Amino acid sequence: MTSVAVRPIKVTRAALWRMRLQLSWRGLKTNWALFTENPIGLIGLGIIVFFGLLALLHPILMHTVWSPNIYDPVSGFDMQVPMSPSPPSPRHLLGTDPLGRDVLSQLMYSTRYEFGLGILSALITVIIATTVGAFSAYYGGIIDMFFMRLADLVIMVPLIPILIVLAAFNPVGMIELGIVIGLLSGFGGTTIVIKSQGLAVKVKPYIEAARIAGGGDFHIIFSHMVPNLMPLSLLYMMFVVTSAIFSEAVLSFFGLTQIKMSWGLMINTTQVFGYLLRFDTWYLLIPASLAITLLCAAFYFVGRALDEVVNPRLRRR
Amino acid sequence: MTNKEVLVDIKHLSKLFPMGSGMFQRSKVFVYAVSDVNLQIRKGESVGLVGESGCGKTTTGKLLTRLLNPTSGSVDFQTENGPVDIASLRGKAMKKFRRHVQMIFQDPYESMNPRLTINDTVAEPLNVQGIGSLVEREDRVVQLLESVGLTPASSFLFRYPHELSGGQRQRVAIARALVVGPDFVVADEPTSMLDVSVRTSVMQLMEDLGEKFGVTYLYITHDIAVARYMSDRLAVMYLGKIVELGDTEEVLHHPLHPYTKALLSAVPVPDPLHQREPVVIKGQVSKPINPLPRCRFYERCPLADKFCETHDHPPLEDQGAGHYVACYHI
Amino acid sequence: MADYVLEVKNLTMHYRTRKGPVYAVDDVSLSVQRGESVGLVGESGCGKTSIALSLMKLLPDNAEIKNGEVFINGTDIVPLSEKELREVRWRQISMVFQAAMNSLNPVYTVEDQIKEAMHYHLPGMSDEEMGQKIDGLFRMAGLDPAMKSQYPHQYSGGMRQRAVIAMALSCDPDIIIADEPTTALDVIVQDGLLKKIHELQQRLNMAMIYISHDIAVIAEVSDKVGVMYAGKMVEFSTTVNIFHHPLHPYTMALMSAFPSIVGEKTELVILPGEPPDLLAPPSGCRFHPRCPYATSICKEKAPEFREYADGHFVACWHPGGEQS
Repeated sequence: MTSVAVRPIKVTRAALWRMRLQLSWRGLKTNWALFTENPIGLIGLGIIVFFGLLALLHPILMHTVWSPNIYDPVSGFDMQVPMSPSPPSPRHLLGTDPLGRDVLSQLMYSTRYEFGLGILSALITVIIATTVGAFSAYYGGIIDMFFMRLADLVIMVPLIPILIVLAAFNPVGMIELGIVIGLLSGFGGTTIVIKSQGLAVKVKPYIEAARIAGGGDFHIIFSHMVPNLMPLSLLYMMFVVTSAIFSEAVLSFFGLTQIKMSWGLMINTTQVFGYLLRFDTWYLLIPASLAITLLCAAFYFVGRALDEVVNPRLRRR
Repeated sequence: MTNKEVLVDIKHLSKLFPMGSGMFQRSKVFVYAVSDVNLQIRKGESVGLVGESGCGKTTTGKLLTRLLNPTSGSVDFQTENGPVDIASLRGKAMKKFRRHVQMIFQDPYESMNPRLTINDTVAEPLNVQGIGSLVEREDRVVQLLESVGLTPASSFLFRYPHELSGGQRQRVAIARALVVGPDFVVADEPTSMLDVSVRTSVMQLMEDLGEKFGVTYLYITHDIAVARYMSDRLAVMYLGKIVELGDTEEVLHHPLHPYTKALLSAVPVPDPLHQREPVVIKGQVSKPINPLPRCRFYERCPLADKFCETHDHPPLEDQGAGHYVACYHI
Repeated sequence: MADYVLEVKNLTMHYRTRKGPVYAVDDVSLSVQRGESVGLVGESGCGKTSIALSLMKLLPDNAEIKNGEVFINGTDIVPLSEKELREVRWRQISMVFQAAMNSLNPVYTVEDQIKEAMHYHLPGMSDEEMGQKIDGLFRMAGLDPAMKSQYPHQYSGGMRQRAVIAMALSCDPDIIIADEPTTALDVIVQDGLLKKIHELQQRLNMAMIYISHDIAVIAEVSDKVGVMYAGKMVEFSTTVNIFHHPLHPYTMALMSAFPSIVGEKTELVILPGEPPDLLAPPSGCRFHPRCPYATSICKEKAPEFREYADGHFVACWHPGGEQS
C-alpha cells in the first residue's frame, strides 16, 4: 500500500491544540445533552445561576440605586426606619435587621463569598484528592499505606467540632475556612473514593500499553490516570461545595468566624438579638436559611446529575 | 530457517508470584507461573505460544516486554550493539529498549485510553520517546494508520476509541505497536475478541506488516487453529513449562507430548463429518503452587509411571529436525 | 405433522435506545422437533442471544417483541403474563447461560438453588424426592453428588457449567437453550462438556437450541444449523449441508474463514468490511455491502427466506453464488 500522507491539517502545535479544543467542545456538547436529560440537574443549575446573578447584581445596585450609607450590608443604617428590625417595605424589600441594615443587600452581598468559599475548598479538595489518589493507586505500598491511614485519621476527626476548636484559638476568615475544609476533605474521604477508582484504572491494559510505549511513572499518572479520574473528581467537587457552605453557616451561627457578612452570620445576628424563634420576624431568618438550603441543594442536584453523565451505568437507555 | 540469527534468547526464565504474603513476613508459598523456560526466537520468524489459561503464556509475554521482572533467568535481546539482557536495563536504556520491543493486547476495548484520540494513542510512543519533529510524527502516524487499512487516515485521526468497531480498534493497536519500528512484537491474543469475519483480515494484516516492517512475532494464544495460521513454530506450555516445541505443522500432525496430543484432540473441528480422537487425560489444570520436583503433567498423564514420579521435570530435548519435547516416554 | 416442541414464526424484536430502535431480531422463523438439536451461529450482535431471550421471554426493560409468535408445545407464549410464563419456564423450556458464575448465587449451596427452582416449578415434590432427583442430575451431568452441598465458588469453571446444566434439567424441560455455555472454558474442559451436552440431549431425547459464535462447536453438537447475520436468519439446513454445501455467501465466507487444525492448511478467505450497525442497517439484503456476488437487486430488495432445496432454506438472491 502506498502511503500518500494527506495531512488533514497543517501540523503545528497550535493546530493540534485547536483540534483538541474542538474535540473537547464536541465532548462538552454531548455531555451537556446527557446532563440536560435529567431535570434535577437543570433545576440545580438554575438555582446556581440565580444566585450567581444575585451576586453580580449587588455591586451594580450599590453603585446605582442603593446609597451606600443606607444599604451597605455591614455598616448601612436607614434613618427613616423608626424601629429595627422592620418588616419588608418598598424601601427594604426584605426588611432590615436588628441593627437597621438592609436584609436583601446582606443576602446578595454574602452570595459571592459563599461561592468563593465553595469553589476554593472544592478546588483544593480536587487537586489534593486526585493527585494523592492517583499516586496512592499507582505506587501502592508504603505511599498508599501512609495516605490511606492519614485519610482514616482525617475521616475520624469530625469536621465541625475541629473547626469550632480552631476558630476558638484564632477566629477564621473565609479564605482560611476554605483552605481548612479543602484540606480536610481532600485528604479525607474524597481521596479514598478517587484512589479506589484509580486502582480500577491502574489495571487497565492501556496503562501497560503506555509503559510499553516507554512512558515513565509521571507520564502514566498525569496522561492516563488523572484524565480518567477527573470526571469522578468533578463530581465530588460539587459535594464539597455543599459541605463547605454548610460548615460556614454552622460556624458563623456560633459566631466563631471572623467574617464581616455571610448567611450564617445573618442567622447569628438574628439569634444574638433574640429574634430566632419568632414568627413575626420571619424576614430575618427565612431568607438566609432558604439561601443556604437552596444553594447547598443546588450543588448537590448538579452533582447527582453529573453522576449520571460520569457513570454510564446509571443512565437510562 | 535454523541458520538465522537469534533475536530473542530466553534462558532459564522463571517468574514466581508469592501467595498470601503478609506485611511483615515473606511468603513461603509461590505460584510458579513461568519456570525455567528456554526458547530462542529467530529473526523474522513468528513463534506461537499456546496453552490453556493459567499456563503462564501471558506472564511469559510480560516478562519479554519487561512489564514484569523475572525472578531468575535472562532474556537476551539482539541489538545493533550485541545481545543485551533486558532484565538488567534501567532508566534511559530501558526507555530506549522500548523502541525495539512492542506489544499488542487482547482487548481492543480496554487497551486504549478512552480519553485520547486515535492520533494521540498512536503517537504516544513517538511522543514519550521524543522521536522526530512534530510534523514527522504526524506523517508517521498517518502512514501507519494507512498501512493498517484505516483509510483515509484523516478521518480516523481525531476520533475516540469508542467511535470505532472492535476490528478497527485492533488495527489502531497494531499501528501503535509498529509506529516506533520495533524488531519484536509480543501479540497477546490479538484476535480472540474479534468476530470470525473480521479476525481473518486482522490476522492477514499482522502477517503482511510483519513482513513489510521486518517484525518478529511471539504470538500468544489459546486457540491452536489460529496459531497454526500465525506461527512458523509452535511452543506448547503447561503449568509454567514449555512441554513441546517445533515447526507448527510438525507439532500439529505429529504431536509427541501426551499433553499436546490431548490438547489437539480436544480442539473442535469445523466439520460435522470429522471424528476426533478421544481425549485421554484426566482431571483438570491445577495451579503450579510449590510444585513437587517431578513432571508437571504427572497427575494427568496417561503414560505416567514410577520413573516420572521419582525424577524431576524432564528436560526439553531435541527429537530431530528441531522438534523438542519434554517427556520421558516418547 | 412432525412433533414440533418449538415453533417460532416471524419473530421481530427490537431494543429501544436513545438513538432509535435496534432491530436485533428481524422476521426470524425457526422450528425444532423433539430430540433435535439446532445450532444458531453468528457473530456478536447478530441477534442470536436476543432470540434466546425472546424464547424465554426474559427480556430487558427496553426490549419489545414487535411481531411474531413463539409456540412452545403448541402454546404461543408471546401474549402470556408473567404468572402464566412461570408454568412454561423451566418445566417446558429452560436455559443455560454463557456466564455460569453469574447464574449461580454465591451465598447458597448449589443444592439449595436447584431445590428452590424445583420447589417453585414442581410444587408437591417432597424434600427427599428432590434430593434424590438432584443426585441423579449430578450423576447425569458428570458431577459427584457429594458436591451438591458445596458453594459455587468451590467449583471449577467446568464444574459450575455442569451444575448449571443439572439445574436447567431439574424440571424435565422439553427444550433447553444453551447460550455459549462453553465459551469461557479451556479446550480440554470444553471438550468434556460438549460431549456431555451432546450425550444428554440424545439420551433424554430432548430438543435443544445451541447458540455459539464458534462454528466448530456448532458442528459437534447440532443436527441442524441456522446462520444469523445482522438480525436475520440467512440460512437454515442440516449441519452437513451447511458445512459442506453452504448456499448463502455469508455462510460460505464463514466456513472458509474459520481456521482448523486438521487437514491441509488452506488459505483463509478474508471477508471485507465489518458487520453492519443495526441502527442503520444497509438497504435490501443486509449482507450486500460485503458480498462478492452482490448485484443491483441485492441493494434494492431484501431476499425472501425460502426453501431452495429440500429442507435447505436460504435468504439470498444468488444462492451458492449463482447469477440469476
